[in-house]
Amino acid sequence: MPLKVEHLSHIYQQGTAMESWALRDISFEVEDGTFVGLIGHTGSGKSTLIQHLNGLIKPSEGTVYFDGEDIFAAGYDLKGLRAKVGLVFQYPEYQLFEQDILSDVKFGPKNMGLSDKEAEEKAIDALRLVRVDEKYFSRSPFELSGGQKRRVAIAGVLAMEPKVLILDEPTAGLDPKGRDEILESIDSLHKERGITIILVSHSMEDVAMYADRILVLDGSELKFFDTPKEVFKHKKELKRMGLAAPEITYLASDLRKAGIDIDDTISTVEEAKTEILRLLSVEKDKA
Amino acid sequence: MLRDITIGQFYPVRSPIHALDPRTKLAGTMLYLLSLFMTDSVAGYVIATVFLVSCIKLSKVPFRFMVKGLKAIILLLVLSVSFNLFLTPGTTIFELGFIHISMEGLLTAGFMAIRLIYLVIGSSLMTLTTTPNALTDGLERSLGFMKRFGVPVHEIAMMMSIALRFIPILVEETDKIMKAQSARGADFERGGLIQKAKAMVPLLVPLFISAFRRAADLAMAMEARCYHGGEGRTKMHPLRYTEKDRIAYIILFIYFALMALTNLLPF
Repeated sequence: MPLKVEHLSHIYQQGTAMESWALRDISFEVEDGTFVGLIGHTGSGKSTLIQHLNGLIKPSEGTVYFDGEDIFAAGYDLKGLRAKVGLVFQYPEYQLFEQDILSDVKFGPKNMGLSDKEAEEKAIDALRLVRVDEKYFSRSPFELSGGQKRRVAIAGVLAMEPKVLILDEPTAGLDPKGRDEILESIDSLHKERGITIILVSHSMEDVAMYADRILVLDGSELKFFDTPKEVFKHKKELKRMGLAAPEITYLASDLRKAGIDIDDTISTVEEAKTEILRLLSVEKDKA
Repeated sequence: MLRDITIGQFYPVRSPIHALDPRTKLAGTMLYLLSLFMTDSVAGYVIATVFLVSCIKLSKVPFRFMVKGLKAIILLLVLSVSFNLFLTPGTTIFELGFIHISMEGLLTAGFMAIRLIYLVIGSSLMTLTTTPNALTDGLERSLGFMKRFGVPVHEIAMMMSIALRFIPILVEETDKIMKAQSARGADFERGGLIQKAKAMVPLLVPLFISAFRRAADLAMAMEARCYHGGEGRTKMHPLRYTEKDRIAYIILFIYFALMALTNLLPF
């Protein structure tokens, strides 16, 4: 079920002295099963954009189509949409409220009208997906560590079995281990269940590692929407936006300047390894 | 819905009124309110109107922001106007059954309505042109003399500015949690009273937890910066009267004197 954004603009506090454009004429389309990395500087409109995708805020102009239907048309079932387009907010652990973890994760499916038993099955399934151990199920969510809380909160959205999953900086404030665990869970969801992922992030390294496509927002406008390789070619523009290509891309580019015939569009350590091995074998052949 | 809350409703533009010292604006508002209750003549209300309108023009704040505050007192306004209208004895000008309206009643009701409206607009003008922090700063300085009577003026002012500072934060937090729970299919609009009250639980629990967490964090941050109350504390931006404030005070006193004089007039 593809997601299509057409000429979307959002103006905050329209008609007052505080008026400001959060988004300006944004258009793009996300195909099924794509992993999209959404990047942009603080205040570039990332969070505003993703809240339009499941109808939480209404655009000032333009609209969003999900599966060919205008989600802001009168009478459109927004509640149903929110089950299909799951949105995990920044610091989602702050939305936990139930007495035990299982009940909290059941909240979403129950709102969708499922019976207690069905909701429980989905909740257990979702908790397994984010690797929360069964022994925690009956504990209070407030007893957990930061990373565990976050995974429980993400399970709360996953339990609704969305077709598209949007995550707003899911790794913010986590230690490297917590960060890797979350990113790997997301990646396996994408690979094993074919869920479309939109990942909002600051870190080019994370995005380069997982995303098929990168969407760059700058000053409320869409600047690039392309494969990581293509986007990272615009090193100068990215720098001007306060963003940067991955470190490894800069290294490759420096090596190239130093006269080594390396492909300077690589964006992950894995790609760098392949490229260096290739170069070494070329050297060997020459010798 | 939540954005309609109008405490700390500062309207950020540059204007001569915005540039005044908060103490001047506090004193000005006090004097203005006092003057409204001093006069009882048409001339007085004309002067009060001219003064208010010129201040609004000078402040560059759109008029509809001033009127926003009136919504809150509509009930009070209707009640006090009708009591005055129907219950004041005097020369009858209209009578129908037990309804009885006198000339005096009409005048008192009219004046009462004008007073109440001007009162609200006058104080809105102050809060719209002064940041909440400047306002508490002004209050702290103006009421400083009460320290001698054992009133902890600084601590109260600090609590006020923290409370004011937290209103937009908590409003934003509420908005965020509401959206997060809506994304999980929560419905805050539909259903009867009991259902709506139940729907509040997923909102209120995280909100309270967050408020306590923020309060604890703030207390820690203040202690880390050696905050120990008002004793010996200096300000980064101490309040200072300027030429503008002197002019404002002169205009205020002329206005106040005029208002006092209107009582001597025969109409």
